[in-house]
Amino acid sequence: MALLQISEPGQSPDPHQRRIAVGIDLGTTHSLVASVRNGVAECLPDDDGRVILPSVVRFMPGQGRQIGFDAVQSAASDPVNTISSVKRFMGRGLNDIADRSKLPYEFTASEQGMLSIQTVQGPKSPVEVSAEILATLRFRAEDTFNDDIYGAVITVPAYFDDAQRQATKDAAQLAGLNVLRLINEPTAAAIAYGLDNASEGVYAVFDLGGGTFDISILRLTQGVFEVLSTGGDSALGGDDYDQVLADAAMARQPGLQAVTAEDKTVLKAAARAAKEALTSAEDITLNAALSTGSLSAAISRADFEQATQALTARCITAVRKAQRDAQLAKDDVQGVVMVGGSTRMPQIQQAVAEFFGQAPLNNLNPDEVVALGASIQANQLAGNNAAGELLLLDVIPLSLGIETMGGLVERIIPRNQTIPTAMAQDFTTYQDGQTALALHVVQGERDLVQDCRSLARFELRGIPPMAAGAARIRVTFTVDADGLLSVGAKEQISGVEARIDVKPSYGLSDDQIATMLQESFTTAQADMKARALVEARVDADRMLLATRSALAADGRLLSAAERASIDALMATLQAAIPTEQDAKALEDCTQALAKGTEAFAAERMNHSIQKALAGQNIQSM
Amino acid sequence: MISLQTNDFELFDVPVQYAQDRAQLDARWKVLQREAHPDRFAADGAAAQRVAMQWSVRINEAYQRLKDPLKRAAYLCEMQGARVQAENNTAMPAAFLMQQMEWRENLEDTGSAQGLEALADEVAAEQRRVQQTLGDLLDVAKDPAQAVGQVRALMFIERFTQEVNAKLDRLT
Repeated sequence: MALLQISEPGQSPDPHQRRIAVGIDLGTTHSLVASVRNGVAECLPDDDGRVILPSVVRFMPGQGRQIGFDAVQSAASDPVNTISSVKRFMGRGLNDIADRSKLPYEFTASEQGMLSIQTVQGPKSPVEVSAEILATLRFRAEDTFNDDIYGAVITVPAYFDDAQRQATKDAAQLAGLNVLRLINEPTAAAIAYGLDNASEGVYAVFDLGGGTFDISILRLTQGVFEVLSTGGDSALGGDDYDQVLADAAMARQPGLQAVTAEDKTVLKAAARAAKEALTSAEDITLNAALSTGSLSAAISRADFEQATQALTARCITAVRKAQRDAQLAKDDVQGVVMVGGSTRMPQIQQAVAEFFGQAPLNNLNPDEVVALGASIQANQLAGNNAAGELLLLDVIPLSLGIETMGGLVERIIPRNQTIPTAMAQDFTTYQDGQTALALHVVQGERDLVQDCRSLARFELRGIPPMAAGAARIRVTFTVDADGLLSVGAKEQISGVEARIDVKPSYGLSDDQIATMLQESFTTAQADMKARALVEARVDADRMLLATRSALAADGRLLSAAERASIDALMATLQAAIPTEQDAKALEDCTQALAKGTEAFAAERMNHSIQKALAGQNIQSM
Repeated sequence: MISLQTNDFELFDVPVQYAQDRAQLDARWKVLQREAHPDRFAADGAAAQRVAMQWSVRINEAYQRLKDPLKRAAYLCEMQGARVQAENNTAMPAAFLMQQMEWRENLEDTGSAQGLEALADEVAAEQRRVQQTLGDLLDVAKDPAQAVGQVRALMFIERFTQEVNAKLDRLT
């Protein structure tokens, strides 16, 4: 049983002060949840003491579901309804999945262009399937602490595009989690690694998971984790090695075929087991009982390495590109951290050692390190570690741009730009008298729109008729600290403007999420209302607390009139907290205080920046 | 008083000149982000979050401009009233254009990574030379009107460097 907590002298015993925050590694093959307890980050185990939750969900006839190890056991007998590696489908359309025929699932396209998987419980989107996994981890954490979870940091591959990030955020919301931040997996690993070793210098994080590959190059200085560059392939991982190995084994016995869904699942499991065995053994036999006969193929490690050479080469190409983007020489890199179970493959270890000219670092458990790093960041973001030295300066992995005449991409934000960031560019009209502009937002490195991922379309209307080329339309891209984009367009002469928060066509609308929330997780309507009110009260408390401490620190910056108006807003909110029964009304009240203190917050920030630089000057003298 | 409108140099508290100490810029950037990054205000409510986001974006913008020789030079010229007018003004000296054409032919004809690396080295050397000239014009001669021509030359060189790198990417 967990011991009860007693606050330090001088610190507030306010229960909202200590918030339970978790880090979740939502992986292709398995997922983990971690939290900082008593200053130490640790992965939370299930009732049987296992920290790993296989990312496998089985939908059973009726309402039932199996998640994790139970679902894995059912995979061979019920392959069609047992969904694994769903992360590969996040934020993806039907056409994005190249190896559909080799998978046991029946895919359909939904209205939004997003793919769904047909199950005994009807079509399930990858977002819904991921939400089941996240909810399972949320319940695990809530049981561990016997308390509600304040918020979660969820990791995504650094190379995930906006659609994949948005889908992940939607899944978390659907699972009832408050997302404090999405952070990149290699960055999370670096946090866990760096804080563990108090490292300084430039490190490369090589992260090969079940379905994704990331490479990030970071500089660590006194608690600042600065990502210099990132690269990778969001559709390359251990699963691909399994597939190639399975194909190679099948080629040995030309008469055999894996036709049924059961065959495909059995073959996939056999290939994975063979791959794992080849990490230590030089020769193995891959056995699988298929409906067309039994497969038995002798495979040596050299055969496996030969067959997967092209996959390994793809990893190294991405590494080379990231190294060039970081504008560093190979020997500037002080250490190479290996993350993800697939880095256990000897050919990967060898290729990395060869490229960097040094043996990679394997001293942290590659399966746990991402979740641990995420929990450290979650703890900080929940405000549990206000004096924390940790600061994360991450980058955007893929360039963002806009479609111009002729289907060409004009880049607005180049890749590897530190976030948050905002960049603008001016455009003009093509025809005389043109009064509207169609804006198409895309992501990717290629020059043609058709080769990039389409994120959003919106229109700017009401431009006064002018000669072609006379209008000045400033398009501003803003990327927040989660790496999510919003776009605004403003005609400079007339002042007309339009803006959009980029919710890619692959993501879900807020309404859809609300509907799904009601339909799933057996959460009754009344519970949701009660939960919303509790959350609104916690938010209101936080806002009051934050305002009080701001006033205590810098109240002197305010005139008497300004002070009086803030005091009045605080009094109104304070009175509303215990009495107001409507969550929305209480939120509005909190918002009013937030708005009323905006100028004060800006003034405080100006002062603290000034002070920070003054401190710097004294130090440098 | 420092505000969001303060110019890049003042915001980073460095001299208003072309020559800059990169290590100092890096250090100042981190000091400022430590103060302003939205993560520092995660528990402080919406107002503080919005202000932090604006500042963090502004600090990143200034850092991007200060650490990049081309952007820094263009910013300095504009600050001193010399317009770069990159879109409209592409008139360049004949010798410069000749060299560009030669490079472009070279890029077309070179098929090996080794050859491209050699070309990249040559271009990088020219880039350093132009940057040196820019430093002299802006910091010593104090002649932003002359410097503008070098800024445009540097823009051509950077675009060409990107093309060389793109071809290298395709080869490797």
